[in-house]
Amino acid sequence: MSVAVAKPGEIKHNYLNAGDTVRSWLLTTDHKRIAVLYLVSVTLFFAVGGLLALLIRLELLTPQGDLMTSENYNRVFTMHGVVMIFLFLIPAIPAVLGNFLVPLMVGARDLAFPRLNLASWYVYMAGGLIATWAMVNGGVDTGWTFYPPYSSSYSTSQVTLTIIGAFLVGFSSIFTGINFIVTIHKMRAPGLTWFRLPLFIWAHYATSVIIVLGTPVVAITLLLVAVERVFRLGIFDPALGGDPILFQHLFWFYSHPAVYIMILPAMGVISEVIACFSRKRVFGYHFVAFSSVAIAVVGFLVWGHHMFTTGQSVYAGMVFSLLSFLVAVPSAVKVFNWTATMYKGTIEFRAPMLYVMGFLGLFVIGGLTGLFLASLATDIHLQDTYFVVAHFHYIMVGGTIFGYLAGLHFWWPKMTGRMYPEGIAKLAALIIFAGFNLTFFPQFVLGYLGMPRRYHWYPEEWQMLHVMSSAGTALLGIGYILPIFYLLWSLRNGALAGPNPWGATGLEWKTDSPPITHNFEETPIVTEEPYAYENHHQQEEVASGTGASTTKG
Amino acid sequence: MKGVPLLPDTASTFAQQVDLLFWFLTAVTVFFTLLIAGLVLYFAYRYRRGSPASRAGAKETDLRLEIGWSLIPLTVGLIVFVWATKLYADVYGPPPDNALEIFVIGKQWMWHLQHPNGIRENNELHIPAGRPVKLTMISQDVIHSFFVPAFRIKRDVLPGKYNVVWFTPTKPGKYHLFCAEYCGTQHSRMIGWVYVMEPAEYEKWLASGGEARPGAIASGAGTMAGVSTASLVQAGEQLYKQLRCNACHGATDGQRGPTHYGLFGKKVKLRDGTAVVADEAYIRESILRPLAKVVDGYEPIMPSYEGLLNEERTLQLVAYIKSLKKPVQTAEVRP
Repeated sequence: MSVAVAKPGEIKHNYLNAGDTVRSWLLTTDHKRIAVLYLVSVTLFFAVGGLLALLIRLELLTPQGDLMTSENYNRVFTMHGVVMIFLFLIPAIPAVLGNFLVPLMVGARDLAFPRLNLASWYVYMAGGLIATWAMVNGGVDTGWTFYPPYSSSYSTSQVTLTIIGAFLVGFSSIFTGINFIVTIHKMRAPGLTWFRLPLFIWAHYATSVIIVLGTPVVAITLLLVAVERVFRLGIFDPALGGDPILFQHLFWFYSHPAVYIMILPAMGVISEVIACFSRKRVFGYHFVAFSSVAIAVVGFLVWGHHMFTTGQSVYAGMVFSLLSFLVAVPSAVKVFNWTATMYKGTIEFRAPMLYVMGFLGLFVIGGLTGLFLASLATDIHLQDTYFVVAHFHYIMVGGTIFGYLAGLHFWWPKMTGRMYPEGIAKLAALIIFAGFNLTFFPQFVLGYLGMPRRYHWYPEEWQMLHVMSSAGTALLGIGYILPIFYLLWSLRNGALAGPNPWGATGLEWKTDSPPITHNFEETPIVTEEPYAYENHHQQEEVASGTGASTTKG
Repeated sequence: MKGVPLLPDTASTFAQQVDLLFWFLTAVTVFFTLLIAGLVLYFAYRYRRGSPASRAGAKETDLRLEIGWSLIPLTVGLIVFVWATKLYADVYGPPPDNALEIFVIGKQWMWHLQHPNGIRENNELHIPAGRPVKLTMISQDVIHSFFVPAFRIKRDVLPGKYNVVWFTPTKPGKYHLFCAEYCGTQHSRMIGWVYVMEPAEYEKWLASGGEARPGAIASGAGTMAGVSTASLVQAGEQLYKQLRCNACHGATDGQRGPTHYGLFGKKVKLRDGTAVVADEAYIRESILRPLAKVVDGYEPIMPSYEGLLNEERTLQLVAYIKSLKKPVQTAEVRP
C-alpha cells in the first residue's frame, strides 16, 4: 500500500497546486478539482436559496403579507424550492463529496468517464444559470412542484425557462450517476470486494441507481408541461383533454425517490464518521449496506402517497400507504445500527461527530413524522399544511445539511491538507442544531392547527408560532455563515493535516492530503474489512498524537 | 399578537377519530425520539474517549437484534396502517343516505357554494350540526383543495372531475375554510368560514333564503346569499327545457335517446360492451362529451355542450337529472 508523506518543509505536488491558471481549473478532468468546482457552485446556490428563505420568514413575521405582493411572495418561495432542491440538496453530497471521494475510496485514479464528469458540471452550471436568469427575469410562481393546469395554462411567469433549467440540471445528475455506477463496478482496487466497500460507497451506489432510473422521468414530465404550455397540446389540462393527476403520478415517481437521492448519501457520510469517532466497525455492516439498497428499491413504490387527497381510488391509497410504512423499516434499521455502533466504542467529540449526533436527532424526528403522512386518515388533515413543510425540512434539509457538513468537516483536511479551528466548528454545529429546531419545530404545531403551506397571508392567531419560526431562521443564518469563514481561514492558516489526522480507516486516508493528481503513487491492494479499527490500534495512537498537536493552530 | 394556540378545534365526528390516531402517533414519535436521543447521549457519555467503562464483548453484528428492530417498526407501522385505512375508507367512502347535499365550485380565487334549495354563498358555508353533509366539488380552472381544519377534512377540487367529501359537524361555531392546494396569486386569500348552526337556527336561516345570519358575524363581504331563490333542481329544469334536452330524452327510452327518468344510480350498458354506473360524473361527462360513453342501442348523435355550459349550469342540469325518478305506475304495469 502506498503511503506517501511529505517531509517537513517540502511542498509536495498535489491536485491543488498541479496548475493555477483559470484554464487549468475550467478544463480539468480531475475528479477532485471538479469536486472543488462543485463545492464553490453549490455553496453559491445555497446562499441564494438561503437568502430567499430569509425573505420568506421575514414576510411571515406578520400575518398581513406587508413586505411584498402576493405575486412576489409566490415567486420567492418557488425559487427557494427550485434552487435548494435542484441546485443544492440533490447535488451537494454526491457532486462534492462523492466526486472527491468515490475514486479515492475504491482506489482508482479517477472516475470512469472524466470528461463526462466535467460535462456534468457544465450542464449543471448551464441549468443553474438559466434558472437564475428566469428568476431575475420575473421569476416563476408555480411552486417547485409545477402542478398543472396552473403551470401549463394559467401561470404568466417564466415556467418554460425554469423547466429548461431543471431539465438540464437533471442530466447533470444522470451523468454523475452513470459515472459512479461504472466506477464502483469496474475500477475497484485489487482485493476490494463488494463487502469490503465503505458504506459511503454503498450509499452512493444506491443513490446513483435511483438517479439513473428516476431522473429521465421527471425531465420528460417537466418537458411535457412546457410542451402543453407552448403548443397547447392537451396532456395535463382537462380543458385541453388532459389529466392533471397524471402529472402528479409522473412527477412524484421521481420526486419521492429524489428525497432518497438527497438523504442516502448523507447516510453514507454518517456511517463513515460514526465508525471513525467511535473507533469501531459499523454495527451490522451488511444490514446497513442492504438497507440502502432496500430504501432505493421500495422508495420507487411509494410515490402515490403524495396523492391521498386527490380522489385517487381508496385501494390505490391503501397500497401506497402500506408501502410507505415498509420504507420506514430499513430507515429504522440504519438508526438502530448507528446507535449500536456507539455502544462500547471509544467516542471522540470532534466537530463531524457533533453533526452526526445532530443528524440522528433530526432524522429520527423527520422520519417518525413521516408516519403521520403515510397514515391515510391523518394525512387527509396534514397534507399540504406546515406539518408537511416541517417534516420534509427535517428529513431532506436537516438530514442532508447535517450529513453534508459532517462530511465536509470530516474530509476537509483531506481535500485541503489543512485543519480548521475545532472549537468554533463545534459552536457552529450547536448553533445550527438549535436554529434548525427553533425554525421548523413550531411548523409541526402550525400544520396540526391547519396552516396551509404556500400562504402569504395567515390568520392572526398563528402569528406567535410564525415569529418563533422566523427567529430560528436568524439563528440558523448565523450558524451557516460561520463555516464559510473558518473554513476559508483554514486554507491559509490551518495547521497541516497530514495524511490521516483522525486515524481513520479507508483508502482515501492512505494517500497525501491533499492527494496527488493521480490519487495514489501505486495502486493500493486491499487486504482487510472496512472499519477494521481494532487492527489500527497502534496507528491510531500515533495519529491522534499528531492530531492533537496540529489542531492548536 | 395573541397567545400560542397548540390545539385545533375539534368539530366533526371524524375529527375526534383522527385526533385519537394523531395522539397515538405523537406518543410513538416521542417515545422513539427520546429512546434514540437517550441512548446516543448515554453512549456518548459512558464510552467517551478516556472513560474507564469496559469495552469488552462489543459485537460487530447480531442477527437477533437486527430482526428485532426490523419487526418493531414493522408492527407499529402495520397497526397504524390498519387503523388509519379504516378511518380513511369510512370518510372517503360513500356518504350516508341522509346526508345534506351541497355543491362546491372552486375558482381562482373564491369558493362558490350552492345549497339544494337554491341558496348560493361565496366563501361562506352554513350547515346544521349533527347531520352528515356531502359536498360534490369541481373546479372551474386549476386544482384547489377544500380544507376545514376543525373537521380534519380535506379534498382536492379538480377541474373536469367531481370529487366528493362528507363529514358530520358536531359543534356549532365558526371555522376556517382554506384552499390547501396552491392555485396562484391569491391562493392565501381563497379562504372563508364554515358556520355550523343549531338545527333550529339553520331552519330559520334556510327559510329566510340565507338572509338570517344567527350566530354569525355579518361580514357581508363576498356573500351572495339569497340572490337566487330558485332551487337547484328548478334551475336545472328550466335549463333542461331551454336546451330542449326533452326533445330526445323522453319519459321512456326513445329512438334518439334513452330516458333520464330513473337514470341516476342505475347501471348503464354501453355500446362497447362495458357498463357504467350513472353517477354525477357520468351524467356530467355525457352532457359535455356525449361521445365518450354512448349507451348501448343508440347512435352517437348527441351534440357536445362543452364550452357552452359553465360548471354552475352543468351542476344544475345534473341535479335536475338526478331528481327525475322513474314513474311509479310504469314499473307496476310491466313486471
